[in-house]
Amino acid sequence: MKRLILAVSMLALSLSGVRAVALTIEITKGADGGIPIAVVPFKWQGQSALPVEVGDIIAADLYRSGQFNPLPVDDFLSRPSDESEVKYKDWRLIKAVNLVVGRVTQMGTDRYAVRFQLFDVFRERQLAAFLWKVTGSDLRKIAHQISDKVYEALTGRPGAFDSRIAYVTLLRTASKGSEYQLMVADADGYNPKQILRSPDPILSPAWAADGAWLAYVSFEDGRSKIFVQNLNTGARKKLAEFPGINGAPAWSPDGKHMAMTLSRDGNPEIYVMHIASGSLRRLTNHSSIDTEAAWSPDGRHLVFTSDRAGRPQIYRISAAGGRAERLTFEGKENARASYDRAGKHLTLVTNHGNGDQIGVFSLPTGSLEILTDGRLDESPTFAPNGAMILYAAQRGGSGLLSAVSADGRVRQVLRSESGTVREPAWSSLNR
Amino acid sequence: MRKLLVWPLVALITLGLAGCASDKKQTTAEIEDASVGAGGVSASGLGSGSDASGQVIGSQAGTVDDPLSRRVIYFEYDSSVLTDEGRFIVEAHAAYLANNPGMAVVLEGHADERGTREYNLALGESRGAVIGELFQGLGIDPSAIRVVSYGEERSVALGHDENAWAMNRRVEILY
Repeated sequence: MKRLILAVSMLALSLSGVRAVALTIEITKGADGGIPIAVVPFKWQGQSALPVEVGDIIAADLYRSGQFNPLPVDDFLSRPSDESEVKYKDWRLIKAVNLVVGRVTQMGTDRYAVRFQLFDVFRERQLAAFLWKVTGSDLRKIAHQISDKVYEALTGRPGAFDSRIAYVTLLRTASKGSEYQLMVADADGYNPKQILRSPDPILSPAWAADGAWLAYVSFEDGRSKIFVQNLNTGARKKLAEFPGINGAPAWSPDGKHMAMTLSRDGNPEIYVMHIASGSLRRLTNHSSIDTEAAWSPDGRHLVFTSDRAGRPQIYRISAAGGRAERLTFEGKENARASYDRAGKHLTLVTNHGNGDQIGVFSLPTGSLEILTDGRLDESPTFAPNGAMILYAAQRGGSGLLSAVSADGRVRQVLRSESGTVREPAWSSLNR
Repeated sequence: MRKLLVWPLVALITLGLAGCASDKKQTTAEIEDASVGAGGVSASGLGSGSDASGQVIGSQAGTVDDPLSRRVIYFEYDSSVLTDEGRFIVEAHAAYLANNPGMAVVLEGHADERGTREYNLALGESRGAVIGELFQGLGIDPSAIRVVSYGEERSVALGHDENAWAMNRRVEILY
């Protein structure tokens, strides 16, 4: 019976193909009370068609954040492209609080000038303005940077739209068996690029702070190994292939060290490797499982998962070593913690007897808030500005990515047309 | 009792996976790098020496009552402690291996899908290591024993319920 179901699902998957498709984002829970903002379609000054609808990308970014309510373009009474054309009355009438206008001007073959301005409708004042000169392939990136400027000007915290995500897809087909792909895409799911393809499992992608390198665990040749790979050149290097497990890589904030889990000395412990020399320092020493290390943003501490008290819980240790301090006490299990940019919160997987869910743990208060309601939610990763958490979930037997705002008000789903998606990791701000 | 009932199912699924493993061997060398460069994607194939361990569980010896015919040891949730039944089977294999020196044994540790992936990788390792230590204590040459953990990545049962989980929390004794 189970065999039959397996065979049928393999057939179904084999029909869906093996292309690198963009993740599609679906907002499953929007927030009430987002800032009403009008994003006017950018004026196009050039031959042929505007290569990228910059205004649409900005509006979609702002909507996804849950903190903005972009107004319908059909309601606009005018379509200004710079301050001389703005009639504030038109925007007060449709109750826009802020207004984004801009234009894209063709400067030559594949050269564009992108200009944007952000206005406060009630104070009749410009809040931000920028001009970029770019090639066509950078237009989406510039649109995300405009979203970041708008977000920062109106919320006071940096935007995270111009960042990237890494994730792993798994496709099972009758003809090829399992195919794992390590992918990198823009934060909105566009521009997916394959970094690695393997018939064996790929796990735990981790970004270097400079955004140019990924570390990951690959089971090629049948056992776990840690690799680092440069995203610009594709060059990769095997960092750890010790007897036993080689897992859970985490770059230090300065990019010089890699925390990792090795069982070479008997059981799973946290080690720190100096990447340039390969020298290893053992950080934990306990007969239980120690794994899933993550660095604090200042590089002075690491948090990790240990079952030394019977069940997995989160502990903190100085990067210099020493005694580990238990941080989490709420819930039956807590695992895979990682810091936000400010170093004040951890996102983690928490189990309160109802499956694995995503939580946020406050370091100053020690309180734990559960943000999701799945049974197998895992691999949470903060957006580089701390506003959203991306994680892996199970829906209908298939894996997908989901995002929740750090306050739990907004939710969205990132789906792949083909196969299952898992193991998300969000890059830092400077990509 | 329940384990006896699910056993034929394990065999069926295991046979199915053995089929997948042999399909997979043909494509094992397809490790491929690509980069997200400013100039687009460049790909460079990295050949890999493929030695995927796909040898599974043809019972050379005995009937279902013979512990040597049972090569999968099951564990409780989040535990690497051997059950009495598991210990009985492991000891039988240790006795066989001690009488047949020179045989290499791989202890392949696995976990169910609950809990995080890296924790489960460590848990599978611990489960394998517990059996490896028992083997050593029973006179098997340590150099003949290799522990490999796949964590939750190689399930034999694909469901999301206790029956499936119970079959996935396991160590496979491969020799």
